[in-house]
Amino acid sequence: MKILVGYKRVVDYNVRVQVKPDGTGVSTDGVKLSANPFDDIALEEALRLREKGLATEVVVVGIGPADLTAHLRNGLAMGANRAIHVVVAGEVQPLTVARTFLKLIEKEQPDLVILGKQAIDDDASQTGQMLAALWDRPQATFASKVEIADGKATVTREVDAGLEVIQADLPAVITTDLRLNEPRFIKLPDIMKAKSKPIDTIELASLGVDVHDQLKTTHYAAPAKRSKGVLVKDAAELVATLKQKGLL
Amino acid sequence: MTERETMEYDVIVVGAGPAGLSFAIRLKQLKPEVTVCVIEKASTIGAQILSGAVIEPQPLDALLPGWRDNPPPICVPAADDEFWLLKKTGGRKLPVPPGMKNHGNFIVSLGALCAWLAPQAEALGVDVFPGFAAADTIYNEDGSVAGVRIGDMGVAKDGSHKPGYTQGIDIKAKVTVLAEGARGSLTKQLIKRFALDKDSDPQGYSIGIKELWQVPAGRVTPGKIVHSFGWPADSHTYGGSFLYHLDKDRIALGYVSGLDYSDPNYQPWEAFQQWKNHPMIKPLLEGGTILSAGARAIVTGGYQSLPKIDMPGALLIGDTAGLLNVPKIKGTHQAIRSGMLAAEHLVANDLKPAGFDAKLRGSEVMAELKKVRNIKPGFKKGLWFGMFNAAWETLVGGASPWTLKNKADWSSLHKLGQQEEPKRDYVQRELPPRDRLAGVYFAATEHDEDQPIHLHVEDTSVCVTQCAQEYGNPCTRFCPANVYEIVNDEAGKRLQINAANCVHCKTCDIKDPYQIINWVTPEGGSGPNYQNL
Repeated sequence: MKILVGYKRVVDYNVRVQVKPDGTGVSTDGVKLSANPFDDIALEEALRLREKGLATEVVVVGIGPADLTAHLRNGLAMGANRAIHVVVAGEVQPLTVARTFLKLIEKEQPDLVILGKQAIDDDASQTGQMLAALWDRPQATFASKVEIADGKATVTREVDAGLEVIQADLPAVITTDLRLNEPRFIKLPDIMKAKSKPIDTIELASLGVDVHDQLKTTHYAAPAKRSKGVLVKDAAELVATLKQKGLL
Repeated sequence: MTERETMEYDVIVVGAGPAGLSFAIRLKQLKPEVTVCVIEKASTIGAQILSGAVIEPQPLDALLPGWRDNPPPICVPAADDEFWLLKKTGGRKLPVPPGMKNHGNFIVSLGALCAWLAPQAEALGVDVFPGFAAADTIYNEDGSVAGVRIGDMGVAKDGSHKPGYTQGIDIKAKVTVLAEGARGSLTKQLIKRFALDKDSDPQGYSIGIKELWQVPAGRVTPGKIVHSFGWPADSHTYGGSFLYHLDKDRIALGYVSGLDYSDPNYQPWEAFQQWKNHPMIKPLLEGGTILSAGARAIVTGGYQSLPKIDMPGALLIGDTAGLLNVPKIKGTHQAIRSGMLAAEHLVANDLKPAGFDAKLRGSEVMAELKKVRNIKPGFKKGLWFGMFNAAWETLVGGASPWTLKNKADWSSLHKLGQQEEPKRDYVQRELPPRDRLAGVYFAATEHDEDQPIHLHVEDTSVCVTQCAQEYGNPCTRFCPANVYEIVNDEAGKRLQINAANCVHCKTCDIKDPYQIINWVTPEGGSGPNYQNL
């Protein structure tokens, strides 16, 4: 069984995101970038399936600029067999990503595609669902447990009411939730081994994907600043202040 | 337990700062067939380095001719220098001391500079590994340094192994190059083991606390460099500020306090915040936002405190050796130079560290330190003596026949009530951050809470008894990240260590008056994630 894993690079979750002064986007200048945490979980799950003998090959896929290679090397160091780097200069929107994956699926013929349930930068949570629709295969989103047997995936999903268990015929798309697993630490010798693993580079333009953006971002803004609080001496002053502001 | 994995290199470098990376680059330039790796505890290169920073470019010219055509992302040519003496309500400009004239220099972010150097090292075949902390040194049977042991990952607070536990590997090398920055944790062990400081004065340090601000358009004059002294420091505390105008309406600013201060109630972080609210500084910042903030100890002992820097199997370069030039408040050029010198020495001597100490002492690196050796110690006798002495030493170019002594920073702390401490006429602060916890948020520091505390306090019973009485727990004040707290709960009064807040500045390890705090590396990748500091 071959597994394709989406491996997106995002601004690290520890970084305090800053909106550019001109409102055109988020500043990434000198900012730490790392793997989307849900994608690390997706990769970990694929690796565990391989370690259980249920999969034979794990391929990480990244879509982004030329310097994405270093990020994909991390995926290889974690344990993926090889990587595919779809090269594109700017940002790509979920539908374009889904269409790109569909092209790769046609080429790679995987039995399973595991993606993060969302990326922590745009929080769109759309790619997995769109891909399943385009591919016309089952989807099992927000997985907190995955079991593969007899050409079927049994997936536990975290839903509002609790846990939902669904079964899907393979090939299928699974998107990962936070509690599915805890990704492993990368070991130094594995970083060295990753250097010799193959990365296929494909220009997005060469795939014949419709890259037309569906959405236009008008501007970005930081959340409004909270106005300064007032310290009151006692309950009486509190009541008086609230009354004065017309809140009581 | 499984056999520990081992990797072998000809040379391993601990720390991907300017010294370590310059060393690796130079080594590969001279001898491409030598294998070298650089390990770095920060999760990404440059995320745990903090400096002003105005740098002298000459060593960089020597290392990477043509770097000016492809400069690091933040690199603003120095323009006007100003030197201010502040009083609480005002101040005046003084003539700029010769050491602080920056014509020809560049204002950079040292973090961004290192992130720019690392790929150039990699292009030469250096393996750079961020996210791996050198937890320990390992030794050969003959006692020489054999390399380092990487810290384990996935250890719980109580020492048990979590599900993802990954044992750290050993990296063995013919030479281990320590480039950890001021008060390196492995360097500290090695200095003790090999008695490297037996012929030198104790090392001295300061703490620098820095913020990077985005201010409203029109206030910044790119390249302008302002240094100040005076308020909020009293005349017996060595303290001064830096304020560097960058491009894109950004300003880098910070405050440096000598860790040889004597008042146990002194708070370096508070002094920095006070200075920001001075009427000559505040208008520049009002309405702006903080982009990033952090703190780091600076090595200031200089010439007379330089330990022996070679030992069997290892050598020290940059600030972990102690090469910063105090009156210039610059160490990057010295770090790069010493790194290059170490590479040249190893290549010329079949990768044998012996003789590097003599080589460095005979070089321009040491000549520069010798000239200014009496300037910082002069300030121990007060600001005015210090200024007069600095002027004299500058006039004679360090040719005075004497060398003033350095004392250990921790030993200078007065006991409470031992003498009258200066009254701090502090102002009501208005600029953010409100307190240290709000400030540490801008350092984006992150430690998995479920890991062993990386600040080892040998005997915490001293805290609520002897220390509370003698010094009033100065750790709760000198730490810029509010790591140390005395709490009173069911168990009674005790020291609480909020290790997750730590920004790896090393101040506690240096200033603790009982010298029982030992800073060790946390899990690799933990700690601050500075942006452009």
